[in-house]
Amino acid sequence: MSSILSVRQLGKTYAGGVVALKDVDLEIERGEIFGLLGPNGAGKTTLINIVCGMVNPTYGTALVDGHDIVRDFRKTRSIIGLVPQELPVETFETVWKTASFSRGLFGKPPNPEHVEKVLRSLSLWDKRDARIIELSGGMKRRVLIAKALSHEPELLFLDEPTAGVDVELRQDMWNVVRELRESGVTVILTTHYIEEAEEMADRVGVINHGEIILVQDKNTLMRELGKKELTLHLSEPLPGVPPGLDGYRVVLSDDGSELTYHYDTKEEHTGITALLASLQAEGIRFNDLNTSQSSLEEIFVDLVKRPA
Amino acid sequence: MNFQAIKSIYKYEMARMFRTAVQSIVAPVLSTSLYFVIFGAAIGSRITEIDGVSYGAFIVPGLIMLSIMTESISNSSFAIYFPRFTGTIFEVLSAPVSWVEVMIGYVGAAATKSVLIGSIIFITANFFVDIDLAYPLVALLFLVLTSIAFCLFGFILGIWADGWEKLTIVPILVIMPLTFLGGTFYSISMLPETWQTISLFNPVVYLISGMRWSFYENADVSVALSLGMTISFLLACLFVVRWIFTTGYRLRT
Repeated sequence: MSSILSVRQLGKTYAGGVVALKDVDLEIERGEIFGLLGPNGAGKTTLINIVCGMVNPTYGTALVDGHDIVRDFRKTRSIIGLVPQELPVETFETVWKTASFSRGLFGKPPNPEHVEKVLRSLSLWDKRDARIIELSGGMKRRVLIAKALSHEPELLFLDEPTAGVDVELRQDMWNVVRELRESGVTVILTTHYIEEAEEMADRVGVINHGEIILVQDKNTLMRELGKKELTLHLSEPLPGVPPGLDGYRVVLSDDGSELTYHYDTKEEHTGITALLASLQAEGIRFNDLNTSQSSLEEIFVDLVKRPA
Repeated sequence: MNFQAIKSIYKYEMARMFRTAVQSIVAPVLSTSLYFVIFGAAIGSRITEIDGVSYGAFIVPGLIMLSIMTESISNSSFAIYFPRFTGTIFEVLSAPVSWVEVMIGYVGAAATKSVLIGSIIFITANFFVDIDLAYPLVALLFLVLTSIAFCLFGFILGIWADGWEKLTIVPILVIMPLTFLGGTFYSISMLPETWQTISLFNPVVYLISGMRWSFYENADVSVALSLGMTISFLLACLFVVRWIFTTGYRLRT
């Protein structure tokens, strides 16, 4: 699969010496949903703003569809759609006019049918003649998405698209993003809601202190970095971990009623069979058991907590 | 050249102008009419002719220039400052447009509005005084060039300003005094010799003088010099706008 975005050794140091990005390398494949995760101030928005042309890089290059973002800015920017983190909207303009304006600004000839299709897909059609000042925060967020989609981008940046929107609207937006992917649009999504990336992203990148610390297929990441645990609900509480279980990574709950065993699915032998045999040998009985896997959020927190 | 983008920005700005027609068009026409009533009729009736022109008619070119200079600065500075203030400028900065297209869109719309206002004031003036327009095309040339030059200046101001106070302080503290002292209501030749010399350092003198020559064929300075100064100011502003966009001053970090 070809890259629609290639970032090579990109760096940004702001006036005053703040290093926002350090030697960033990133390849985004055409047609994927890429989740870019990172804590506040990690460099996510700086990276997006450089690719979109709003921030000048200090060094390095970025190619969009093979075109340099500085030398061939007309070509690259006409491909990109951006939904920013804040809600900068033309307060006194109507939904229809602001979406049509965006289309023209990006060099596309008027196409009322396309604008209508976009507004309908975002449930904005009934609000097309409403002034933006009259809309709720969630609807304004949709307007920003409509503006970005009005000029038919191939690469769409969604910078915190569901920040401050209710659960129902978030689900709607997830559906819109999935439909975009089906239509061939590449989506780069930054979010604080890790479950959003877990739900939608094909691949995940983690950025921290201006450096990309990990890029991986989401499922592989969760399989490789995710921890699994087996919890046994004991028939009789134990006063402590029996000596016969010393060789296992087991933890007894405070009330002695649950025994938790951490294991790694990558290992050839998870040790579960041996553990169950040892429990039987020790005469420990249990009346229920369950397994769980760490979420992407837990993996993310673990990654960004590591020293820089 | 992204003509669609130019058209979009231009149409968007013109629509904003018509949405605020009272503030954009009616207000400057009303204030200029008041100048005619006060200076042209009330005070002007006590002043004899200047260079063979009645005082009411004499102030018309100056009043047109006064209006288009202040309106040009006000319109174009607001047009670019407001998107910066609200954050919507992100869209223009991330669009496939160069500084030339952005400038033509914003400055073109603001200049169109100024020319429209200047024309309306000229028509309004005809209701108050008899006006002879000796060289209509030269008057139109000065009207258009001055509108563009001061719209460019306003554009620069709108990018430079980092607060509403700065946006209004330059027109009030710099442009307004220069315009009033630039011969709007009098001929420079009426001043003592020292003040005549000092006045020649005021660039607005050349603009008003040029416009007045196109009406009555008399001027404080030669029309060629007026035209040269107007074009020089326009080019200087153009150069600064180009520098702003190529360096990203106050636009890109």
